[in-house]
Amino acid sequence: MSKTTPATPAGPDAPVGDQDLGAAGSQLSTAPAESLSMPTLGVVGWARWFWRQLTSMRVALLLLLLVALGAIPGSLIPQSGTDATKVADFVKNNPTLGDVYDKLGLFHVYSSVWFSAVYILLFVSLIGCIVPRTWQFVGQLRSRPPGAPKRLTRLPAYTTWRTEAEPEQVREAALALLKKKRFRAHLTGDNVAGEKGYLREVGNLAFHIALIVMLTAFAWGQLFKSEGNKLVVEGDGFSNTLTQYDDFKSGNLFDTGDLVPLSFRLNKFTGTYETSGPNKGTPRLYQAALTYSEGAYGKGHKTLVKVNEPLEIGDAKVYLTAHGYAPLITVRDGKGNVVFHDAVAMLPLDSNVTSTGVIKVLDGYKNPKGVSEQLGISAFFLPTYTKGSETASTFPALNNPVLNLAPYHGDLGVDSGIPQSVYQLDKSHVKGFKDSKGAQLRENLRPGQTMQLPGGAGSVTYEGTKQWANFQVVQQPASGWALAGALTAIFGLAASLFIQRRRVWVRAVRGADGVTVVEMAGLGRSESAKVPEELGELAGVLFDQAPSPSEATEAEPDGVSDSGAASSEGAEN
Amino acid sequence: MTYAAATELATATNEHLANISNTLIYSSMAVYTLAFFAYIAEWLLGSRSKVGRTAAALTADAKAKAPAVTVTKGGSTAVLERPQVVVRSAAGSRDVPDGPGAHGGDEQGDLYGRIAISLTVLAFLVELAGVVARAASVERAPWGNMYEFNITFSTVAVAVYLGLLALKKNVRWLGLFLVTTVLLDLGLAVTVLYTASDQLVPALHSYWLYIHVSTAIFCGAVFYVGAVATILYLFKDSYENKIASGGTPGRFANSVLDRLPASASLDKFAYRVNAAVFPLWTFTIIAGAIWAGDAWGRYWGWDPKETWSFITWVAYACYLHARATAGWKGRKAAYLAMLAFGCWLFNYYGVNIFVTGKHSYAGV
Ligand code: HEM
Repeated sequence: MSKTTPATPAGPDAPVGDQDLGAAGSQLSTAPAESLSMPTLGVVGWARWFWRQLTSMRVALLLLLLVALGAIPGSLIPQSGTDATKVADFVKNNPTLGDVYDKLGLFHVYSSVWFSAVYILLFVSLIGCIVPRTWQFVGQLRSRPPGAPKRLTRLPAYTTWRTEAEPEQVREAALALLKKKRFRAHLTGDNVAGEKGYLREVGNLAFHIALIVMLTAFAWGQLFKSEGNKLVVEGDGFSNTLTQYDDFKSGNLFDTGDLVPLSFRLNKFTGTYETSGPNKGTPRLYQAALTYSEGAYGKGHKTLVKVNEPLEIGDAKVYLTAHGYAPLITVRDGKGNVVFHDAVAMLPLDSNVTSTGVIKVLDGYKNPKGVSEQLGISAFFLPTYTKGSETASTFPALNNPVLNLAPYHGDLGVDSGIPQSVYQLDKSHVKGFKDSKGAQLRENLRPGQTMQLPGGAGSVTYEGTKQWANFQVVQQPASGWALAGALTAIFGLAASLFIQRRRVWVRAVRGADGVTVVEMAGLGRSESAKVPEELGELAGVLFDQAPSPSEATEAEPDGVSDSGAASSEGAEN
Repeated sequence: MTYAAATELATATNEHLANISNTLIYSSMAVYTLAFFAYIAEWLLGSRSKVGRTAAALTADAKAKAPAVTVTKGGSTAVLERPQVVVRSAAGSRDVPDGPGAHGGDEQGDLYGRIAISLTVLAFLVELAGVVARAASVERAPWGNMYEFNITFSTVAVAVYLGLLALKKNVRWLGLFLVTTVLLDLGLAVTVLYTASDQLVPALHSYWLYIHVSTAIFCGAVFYVGAVATILYLFKDSYENKIASGGTPGRFANSVLDRLPASASLDKFAYRVNAAVFPLWTFTIIAGAIWAGDAWGRYWGWDPKETWSFITWVAYACYLHARATAGWKGRKAAYLAMLAFGCWLFNYYGVNIFVTGKHSYAGV
């Protein structure tokens, strides 16, 4: 046996690399060939070299690693997109570091220039990878699997035997067998070549294309999304226009005309909680009963919105995101005229829904002297008041509600043009009502109780308690595409990883002694136990059709690499 | 019966069940410890006989013979040898045979190995019962906090190992390493992470919980098995390199590493295991995104847990790509696999403990 490729350092019996298989091993995948050679051809040459590098597997690997690396800081450093107050805190506590982080875009990693640059490069690389691979694959589908290499013995799986059947007969049988086993097979000279597992390549391409679809859908969704919050007290309603939202965020390309027309009313909010055990107070169920209508003047439908079950109308989804209490307050002036009657939402402070808020009487109130004034009543609400725990609720449900009120009068500063939270009281231009000892008046009320303001300034009545729920209305277009891409990706991936693309050759020639020598070999894209197994099964079937001559037991497997190969080579020449 | 009384009774049963579960978990730890000692005995006895090892290597070779075909000929049944398939490894790989396993061909060692596996099976059953009792006591799937996650995780990891054994895969060598980490995992669970948890917050009430978390646990268990194989591959590979370049490895390395499967087999095993769960891991992330879409109003929000799942996913994709790229096979790819598993571990422990986000609900 002589060395056919002097360049190969391996000895004659050592396994040999792909280069020895020549055409037989070519195009068993559509993976691009790696080359590091430097270009010599001016600008075009460089451009081509750059493109080839960008679309090589090595660079794809590098870019993938970079995306993973780049995603890390975003998970460790507070992000303005998810928690702006945390970012502000961080900057306040670490001014220099905060400055550096800000310059590097580390407070919004996933929309920063450098992160976008990496994933756009990956995106381009992906496309640059898929297009040529698809063409190549189409080409492979139109051509036929290459004929057998000269020395089948060198393939990863090999078997041989001698038979009395004619070579043509064996080849016919082999062709029929391979076709029956759904190989793409054909006759080339003294051998039959078959290939199977194209679905692997289809799956792989589908997966990479699905990644593009997913990335595009995700980007599209980010650009056109909108997300607004609205707090609604039981009995109140909401209709989907920009002005009605408490706060509203949208993607760069969003247009207010894109808002899905819908409206709803909150009939009742229900929250139930664990009443005993170590997790006492843990929420069990949140649910909001709504009457909603689609379109501007749609018919009303009743529905329940729960935490995991948003209301879906067209592209919009209405989520239940928070809840709290809204005491119903009536304020009267000294003459007994009602100047305020409304449910005032309180902001929860802890998991037992200890809440604070402010009752603001902006106009209509006149003090005992007959002068118009504003009233601001700072409120503190405990849904479950327990003696001994004066400042914190002990359970989230409305078991023993107490409303603590501290009234002020004067100018609330609402008209000053500076935006003001509805939950905070600007005390710079107001004076507190004093109690008999001259301290700030402060009183605990239970439902139905009334607090008198000193000097005939009026009264405040805590009538009862309503609940409020916060709704987030989200529109994120193209999420259907993202889902479709994701599902395709999974199936493509499974096909790509579980299906093996492999080739089988059957050569049948008349040996020097006139007896037919059958050789079979298999080659997979990667080393796999399945290839020899399958080859064994095929050989078993073919062997039954072309058995060894009864006296000849010389098809000794161990002798294969010497005598078997030699005789078949002899037949070739 | 009044409503209150009924709740009281239910609570009492639940506490009873929770206690049973705790007892079962502790018992399983005891049995795992016995299994651990049996594995140790297997390894110790196995280091005795070099002769046995060579013999075992030979018989292992003989077992690899192709299956025979039975052909009926004129009424009498004759067994014909099917033409045997000769297998060659790819270019550049060393042709080192697999080691004989921990027992090293020593009969007594083998016996201890079998005892160890039986004990592992027993411990697994006890632990499984513990997990089921826990689930019954909290009346939901047992993965609402890190304690439950840990006990379920180790149960599944052992199930994967026993499943591979049942499929007659050559994985007995994994036993000692697996049981050691299972003991660590359970120790951590019952000491640091123990939570007498009750119900889930409403955001966790969803059938996506079952889908997303169960696949996450399963993927973790399989990734873990892959990671153990990868570490052993790295050791075995340098051991083989040393021998190939004429060096003499230390006595310990000689005794232990020689009995492991060949580095090529370990590498292949690790790849298969990782590649096989990668699609499921992809599915896990997507299921999580669908769930997040329902629960939080967006399917992807770069929450730390989401981010680290993504990082883990990308790291495993890197590993798979590296395997498909000629220059990156072998050790380099193995380092990537270790990196990827490191990401998975950080996602599990690190993110829950050090980083706050929407997922850190269970208070560890
Ligand atoms: C966006 C991130 C990407 C992910 C998550 C990804 C993932 C994967 C996975 C899981 C495989 C299967 C590996 C195997 O068969 O063992 C694969 C194969 C492949 N990928 Fe990617 N890929 C990505 C980007 C790219 C890019 C940018 C390129 C182009 C340079 C590329 C080129 C390939 C090729 C050629 C194969 C097939 C290798 C073969 O047939 O042997 N991939 N990819």
